[in-house]
Amino acid sequence: MAADGLIDRHVAFVGALRGAGLPVSLAESLDATQAMAAIDLMDRRQLRAAYAASVVKRAPHRATFDRLFDLWWPPAVGDGSESEGDAADIDDMTEVEPADLDAMRNALRDQLREVLLSGDDEALRRLARQSVTGLGRTDSPPGRQSWFTYRVLRALSPETLLADLLKAILDGDERGGLAEKVARQMLAERIKKFEEYVEAEVRRRLAEDRGVEAIAKTSVKPLIEQVDFLRASRDEIAELRRRVYPLARRLATRLTAKRRLGRSGRLDVRRTVRASLSSGGVPLTTIHKPHKPHKPELVVLCDVSGSVAAFAHFTVLLAYALREQFAKVRVFAFVDTCDEVTRFFERGGDVGDALARMAQEANVVWFDGHSDYGHSFEVFAQKWPDAVTPKTSLLILGDARTNYRALSLPSLRSVVRHARRAYWLNPEPRQYWGSGDSASSSYGDVIPMIECRNAAQLEEFVEQLLPV
Amino acid sequence: MTTREPHVPMFSSPDDVRDRLAATGYLADDAIATTVFLADVLGKPLLVEGPAGTGKTELAKAVTEAADATLVRLQCYEGLDEARALYEWNYRKQLLRIQAAGDGQKWEETHDDIFSEEFLLARPLLTAIRRDDPTVLLVDETDKADVEVEGLLLEVLSDFQVTVPELGTITATNRPFVVLTSNATRELSEALKRRCLFLHMDYPDAEREKAIVLRRVPEVPEALAEQLVRTIRTLRALELKKSPSIAESIDWARTLVALGIETLDEAAVGQTLGVVLKHASDQARAVKELGLN
Repeated sequence: MAADGLIDRHVAFVGALRGAGLPVSLAESLDATQAMAAIDLMDRRQLRAAYAASVVKRAPHRATFDRLFDLWWPPAVGDGSESEGDAADIDDMTEVEPADLDAMRNALRDQLREVLLSGDDEALRRLARQSVTGLGRTDSPPGRQSWFTYRVLRALSPETLLADLLKAILDGDERGGLAEKVARQMLAERIKKFEEYVEAEVRRRLAEDRGVEAIAKTSVKPLIEQVDFLRASRDEIAELRRRVYPLARRLATRLTAKRRLGRSGRLDVRRTVRASLSSGGVPLTTIHKPHKPHKPELVVLCDVSGSVAAFAHFTVLLAYALREQFAKVRVFAFVDTCDEVTRFFERGGDVGDALARMAQEANVVWFDGHSDYGHSFEVFAQKWPDAVTPKTSLLILGDARTNYRALSLPSLRSVVRHARRAYWLNPEPRQYWGSGDSASSSYGDVIPMIECRNAAQLEEFVEQLLPV
Repeated sequence: MTTREPHVPMFSSPDDVRDRLAATGYLADDAIATTVFLADVLGKPLLVEGPAGTGKTELAKAVTEAADATLVRLQCYEGLDEARALYEWNYRKQLLRIQAAGDGQKWEETHDDIFSEEFLLARPLLTAIRRDDPTVLLVDETDKADVEVEGLLLEVLSDFQVTVPELGTITATNRPFVVLTSNATRELSEALKRRCLFLHMDYPDAEREKAIVLRRVPEVPEALAEQLVRTIRTLRALELKKSPSIAESIDWARTLVALGIETLDEAAVGQTLGVVLKHASDQARAVKELGLN
């Protein structure tokens, strides 16, 4: 590649990274070029590491970076036969007869079975490329998408190989035990990898047809903390849950820092005098007693009906991870009636278990299993009149979609009046509040309602809620 | 830009890094080898971030050994200040000196005397800058320190010089290789990150982890190491409070060797689970999910 071409490509790549939300400064872009001068440019792994070291400074950005890197610095051109030489056995595939296609599909499936068994990463990658070349293409009019991931994965359907592979690995061992769990996990990992390779390969071929920029725009996923709670996929929810503890730790660290900056307590005479002995009785430094922060009680009242369950779960987990910061945490769940679920989260309890048991055992459905905010608030106010006191911070979680049922504003108002502070976190985008059966505006008059669509917004809110 | 102090690179290529690190017992992957090489050649600090127990501090130690350098370590903690990180005047000794001088000596003389080398307590940052021989400066757990310390690091690491008002400016004669580690309990400032090369260390892939275990615990049979790594990966896939890291894999291998366990079946895992998972609830979950009872 000529030097000019290289620089252009570098600038375009950095532009794409910025477009995808990575804050790449000019200095960092220059660092990357310096790094490129120092390494072997023909070694793609070195190039990737050099770029990653100079422009990606936050771990969550790494996935986006990798996607864009694969587009801008593709591992191969076309079907890869020029650079690799081993994909050449599959010729131009647009003209094959259906019978040949079937034969090829079977041949690829056999190969895939072997590679999944051996776990050879390089072979897996090569096979993904061959499969996409052979099976991923459709004859479509120019300007339309012509490569598809699902065609490849449907034709090869790696999951259906699983039983066969498990049998081969376990080799007569009894099923259902630890060995099977471990093997299953290993195979699932490899299959997932294969799927990712196929996806990357399809993106690369699409980019060749339609230009890198066009594909880059559509193929970048939002960062996990920006994912809408209401629209998160199962994988994303699992990923979010895994982040609860790091997030809680981060918040707690920030809180300690804030507290230390705040005023310190009274002079600790004993320790000051003791310290002064080492400087001949001159008290060079004074020592103060730490300031005792005020710890409020936290009461969380959450809607756990299907539509907002993911949001409620995540927030409750976070509240529990932060329980050291509060004098007491109590959680109440409701769908159309209300029940206390604190017992499921007792210290040391398992998180997944707690959520499952909460759904099964708690008495949250009274009538038909559709959200009924009004009835739930009434039950809450009646059955636990002493839960909310002037020491309590009250947090209500829900989308305020009442299915056009009664609101029980007076009940809520009296609860809110008793609390020290009260907030309603709503996972719906603000522009939908008050539309249809949403009672956001009515409830918003009684209690401050805050939009909380993703983990980033939640983090921001919790930080300002925590007592300094 | 000011001309930088001459820095003699310690490594000649990423492969050289990999080979020499391997000779010390540290198995680096492509990303680690390339990034260490770049940090060395470009003379930039290396910021290593990742979960606990993935070998961040080990990396600094391995680089030290591979480059035949000396390690200077600054352990960060809450409340770390300039006096602990950079330098401090030895008050007590100065006080003694003044008292010992008696009445005969002029103030100017005493003054010049008590602010000389002899009364300076060099802390890690200054020590690293003043050394002539190859040095690796390890700033460990940077995220534990306060934001002001980051400012201090920024100043020291961008120019590799320190100004002591009474002594003048001290500039590095041989720039140290700097490694900062962080567990990401908080975001470090953008300014600091911008000046560093960044390396995210995650759990390694199965093959590398197996190689690491075999390297660290040579007594463990290969088949057992393979089983162990796969089981660890299965545990990592569960939703746990603390996923087991490489340090735990190695501990586990040592435990199995010590107990003379040859295959990792349900009973063996159940018996030794405490080595790998440190929370009671995590253990309960693993027992349930893997069917260990």
